[in-house]
Amino acid sequence: MEHHFILRVISKMLIPPIMLYALYVQFHGDFGPGGGFQAGVIFAVAFILYAIVFGVETLTLVCPPAVLRAGMALGVLLYAGTGVYSLLRGYNYLDYAALAEPGHAEHGQHLGILLVEGGVGLTVASAMIAIFVAFASRSPDIKDTDW
Amino acid sequence: MVLRDLFAAVMLSGVFSLLSAGLFVALDAVDVAFTEAAVGAGISTVLMLGTMAFTSRTEKPPQHSRALPILVVVVTGAALIYGTADLPPFGSPDTPVQLHVAPEYIERTPHEIGLPNIVTAVLASYRGFDTLGETTVIFTAGIAVIVLLHRSSGRRRKEDEDEEEA
Repeated sequence: MEHHFILRVISKMLIPPIMLYALYVQFHGDFGPGGGFQAGVIFAVAFILYAIVFGVETLTLVCPPAVLRAGMALGVLLYAGTGVYSLLRGYNYLDYAALAEPGHAEHGQHLGILLVEGGVGLTVASAMIAIFVAFASRSPDIKDTDW
Repeated sequence: MVLRDLFAAVMLSGVFSLLSAGLFVALDAVDVAFTEAAVGAGISTVLMLGTMAFTSRTEKPPQHSRALPILVVVVTGAALIYGTADLPPFGSPDTPVQLHVAPEYIERTPHEIGLPNIVTAVLASYRGFDTLGETTVIFTAGIAVIVLLHRSSGRRRKEDEDEEEA
């Protein structure tokens, strides 16, 4: 890919807006279409584009497989942990009213949905990148002439 | 009319996903359309290309006759089309879909959750258990793929040595 100058420059310009857009989808999911799942996928796409253009080895320098595995687990833990926290506060599992003062259930709902969507986004983004790395690092490099 | 080039098949399925995303937008299901465009047209296409890169680029010619698969497809398609005859007309307001739980969500979300996007309120709060399950499914899928495909650097070195010895 060394001589694909235009591809390299364009993807370098595209990757930051893609990540920014993923964050917008993540945090604006309460108000418009989107949420953790879509945001995680879009965030992963930024990394996958980087791997396609600059090579999988370069990507594993940016996010090592251990970080990806930890991210996958942390997302689920954040989600399930929110539920456990509300259990400990004496509410039902995943009842977000536990996250706010009594009588302000709405604030708890906002915070709970933010945390839970964050967990979803983290798991989805790490899992997608990890799956791509697992596939791409096993397959032989595709020669430029094959495309 | 037979396509054996898998690259073209993967690209066509990506195009199909993108078109279905447009269809979902036309049906006012923006969140579903968003997911379809990101996952179906984006990630799935990339993952299928990645799979193709370490299998084959062209499909093998079939060993058996094509009569049975065509029969199965035609019968299934006919059954599905026959089933649509019983569906209510598109957009009709008095269907079970519109009358069952939807009005309750629409009525309760503004004062219970206070989110403008009711889809997010249903996904993350009213049906939080479902979404937890879905997240766990993605986690499990990721772990399964890593377990099946990942080769640690130590094992690769050992395999290389084995090959050299052989």
